[in-house]
Amino acid sequence: MSSVLLEVDDLEVTFRRSAGPGRKAASVPAVRGVSFQLEAGTTLGIAGESGSGKSTIARTLMGINKPSGGSMRLNGSDVGALRGRELAEYRQTMQMIFQDPYDSLDPRMKVSETLLEAIKLRKNKPASPLGEVYQLLERVGLSKSFASRRPRELSGGQRQRVSIARALCVDPRLILCDEAVSALDVSVRAQVLNLLKDLQEDLGLAYLFISHDLSTLRFMADYVGIMYLGKIVELGTRDEIFERPQHPYTRALLSAVPEPVVVDRTVRLPRVRLTGEPPSSTNPPTGCSFHPRCPLAQEVCRTTAPARRVTSSGQLAACHFAEPELVVAEA
Amino acid sequence: MSDVIPAAAAVDPFALGDKPVRSREVFRSLKKDPAALVSIIVLIALALIALAAPLLSPHDPLQTYPDIGLGPQGQPLPPGTPGFLLGTDALGRDVLSRLIYGAQVSLVIGIVANGLATAFGVLVGIVAGYFGGVVEAILMRITDVVISFPILLLCTALIAVTTRSTFNVIIVIALIYWTTLARIIRSMVVSLKEREFVVASQTLGLSHRSIMWRHILPHLVPAIIVYTTLGVASSILIESALSFLGIGVPIPSPSWGQMISDGSTYFQIAPWMLFIPGICLILTVMAFNLVGDWLSDMLNSTTPTAR
Amino acid sequence: MTWWILRRLGQMLIVLFGVVSLAFLLVYAVPADPASTLAGPNASAATIASIHAQLGLDNPLWQQYLGFIGRLLTGDLGTSYVLRETPVFGRIVAALPTTLLVAVGGIIWQIILGVPAGIYAAYRRGSWVDRLVTFLSLIGLSAPPFWLGLLLIYYFAFSWGLFPLNGLGSPVFWYLVLPTFTLGAGGGAWYARMTRTNMIETLDSPFVRMARAKGMPEHVILWRHSFRHIAIPLLTMIGLDFGYFLGGVVIVETVFGLNGIGRLAFDAISNLDTPMIVGTVLFAAIFIVVVNFIVDLLYSVIDPRVRLNS
Repeated sequence: MSSVLLEVDDLEVTFRRSAGPGRKAASVPAVRGVSFQLEAGTTLGIAGESGSGKSTIARTLMGINKPSGGSMRLNGSDVGALRGRELAEYRQTMQMIFQDPYDSLDPRMKVSETLLEAIKLRKNKPASPLGEVYQLLERVGLSKSFASRRPRELSGGQRQRVSIARALCVDPRLILCDEAVSALDVSVRAQVLNLLKDLQEDLGLAYLFISHDLSTLRFMADYVGIMYLGKIVELGTRDEIFERPQHPYTRALLSAVPEPVVVDRTVRLPRVRLTGEPPSSTNPPTGCSFHPRCPLAQEVCRTTAPARRVTSSGQLAACHFAEPELVVAEA
Repeated sequence: MSDVIPAAAAVDPFALGDKPVRSREVFRSLKKDPAALVSIIVLIALALIALAAPLLSPHDPLQTYPDIGLGPQGQPLPPGTPGFLLGTDALGRDVLSRLIYGAQVSLVIGIVANGLATAFGVLVGIVAGYFGGVVEAILMRITDVVISFPILLLCTALIAVTTRSTFNVIIVIALIYWTTLARIIRSMVVSLKEREFVVASQTLGLSHRSIMWRHILPHLVPAIIVYTTLGVASSILIESALSFLGIGVPIPSPSWGQMISDGSTYFQIAPWMLFIPGICLILTVMAFNLVGDWLSDMLNSTTPTAR
Repeated sequence: MTWWILRRLGQMLIVLFGVVSLAFLLVYAVPADPASTLAGPNASAATIASIHAQLGLDNPLWQQYLGFIGRLLTGDLGTSYVLRETPVFGRIVAALPTTLLVAVGGIIWQIILGVPAGIYAAYRRGSWVDRLVTFLSLIGLSAPPFWLGLLLIYYFAFSWGLFPLNGLGSPVFWYLVLPTFTLGAGGGAWYARMTRTNMIETLDSPFVRMARAKGMPEHVILWRHSFRHIAIPLLTMIGLDFGYFLGGVVIVETVFGLNGIGRLAFDAISNLDTPMIVGTVLFAAIFIVVVNFIVDLLYSVIDPRVRLNS
């Protein structure tokens, strides 16, 4: 099955920072030419350090941030050209689940009020809105009694379930999960991830799953993209990324994951240790953005930005040395 | 007026929580703050007196008694004179009756003027903070202009443009007071609209109006309550200052500020004309300030007593 | 930095322009005719018409406005309608010393009354001194300044004869005590309150606890460490108050019969003296706006967090 639901092509998002006392006005390129496709019913995971622009992608898709270049197509129609009612419908096709379960529900509203408000926005209004509320609660694994509670009476996992129910109110096809389980305890996290998986199977949802946590992505994602300084440096299926990473940055990230999540690989890869801080996104390095921290960096990396190309193992990677016989120096 | 101090600026709007307060907590915190309890009782009593003014006042506040209300040389009678419990003023009017009706004027002006100012300030603050950009720039520059305008001159000019009436005094005070609130509310909304539950409502496709009404305004309620209470105190003070300068409520009306103003001419022979309304004014303003302080303590989410 | 200053200067000019235009429009909207006020109650229609022509009041609004703005840009505030032959600017400059004296005196009282009391109340939190300071500052905030002024006159000048009743004379200092105290009392209450709150916050902060744990003497903690933290908000308040006071303290000037800028402005409005109204309003607004600007600037220099947030 390959019906493309979402197609992002060469997306650019630049933030302008206005001048203040003691600082100049600057433009911060948060997302620099990102392209990917997402098929219906599948999950694309995006990983990267904080500040790599992964949340900005989600926020731009949701219309919270404005793109400065590139295009986003949903079901084949250009999102940038949508206005009025079409835009509203587009927005409902895509929903978002946020990171902070303590801030994503209005603390003044009961669960039922939050959900009813969202249900009323649906195109085809259900005959019994309250019945719909109960159904949704059941769907996310909460009993009817939760309808009359307020957010502060709920645990983090329960809040996140309510957030999911709220997103489901408008019948979305795609849900953006921006660090949706990062704030939860490990045991609760697994439950919520399983819930998301079940919903995907039942409803055919697609997820854009943003996380800095690779083990979460390994569990959730069908495809994985690795972001560094506003660019996707490697993009492939879960197995390609986790078993045969090509980009030195991906390898560094995988090396940083504590055991035993990724030890079961067939080919043992040399460890790459990442040193230094990510460079400022206001002023990205020339050539390959990763070169100041890359153990493989050569002269070409300083001058020429590597194009994204298919590597011998199948995935896309943006590295001059992305070959299967890559020799990695021990860092 | 540069020499009238807005008590509201002492409150940190961001410390005011957005959790609902239950009546049990209200009573508990009132028990810990006897001054606030007394203030509330004083204000309720004052409101009742103002409402029942025609029943309570021994004389008509506008009626002059040139024969029985003035001394042999035509001087005002001191407090304790039979028939005139708190004495008379220079025209032989009963001070007590004027005081009772004055409570009506002061409360009505304080509350109505401040209610209008609050409504307008909150509206401007929410719209500016929520929409940002050009809308915000225009609204906040207008606010800057009004704030930078010498308040008293603005009042005087506005009252000169129209005529001297209670209604105009109310409008003028409202026009002065909305700016402070608009700035505070704007800064609160700017941070509120970044909250995830607001962003979530936007992504659901809720209209701007619904978001402002249902998800932003309710979170401003504690701040609005506190600032409005303190604002009533400021409004009463401003009204008295306007009356003192001769541009307050029209002349025969017994406003406290007007009574002090009258008293200032005769204070050498009739100091009670100055003292009595002044003390009433101070006590009322104090009561509003104390209640405002108590509310901001109770609603303050950072102090443990409020939880 | 330069850009930020330029932008703020631009905003300042917009606000000043708005203030001046608002003042002009307000005066124009007054239904009363300044010419008939000037000419007196018994003036003939011809006299009024000639005054109209002389003042340019027959021209359409926009022409008067443009002419006014044009003259303003060349630094000419015009001539008072009422006090003929007197340039507005000269009158304002003549009234400034009085207002300046009252303003400086008021600020000094505010500091004397407010700051030590606030610091001590915070240091001895919950003591009877703290409660007394809180109570007195509440009274200071609740008392109308003109009432306080009249009360001071009644006792200190009229009953006990310690100070002059009103006006200015020699020695000036003696005449200034009551008006400056009246101006400073409310502000002092205000300063006491703010100082107490800020000081409590500082005394509760980790660095003070650290200093105590290291065994530093209390007076060093109080004066050298904590005072520095409350100095910034205090300076801000002083700066802003000074800007507001210089625009005229109408109430105090009225109560004590002082001919400062506040009275000048107030009388101008009562007389519908357009050039004088606009002149005094502009003058007051310039002080307010400029002081605001300076305070903002100082804040961002002293406190780097403001830089990040703004």
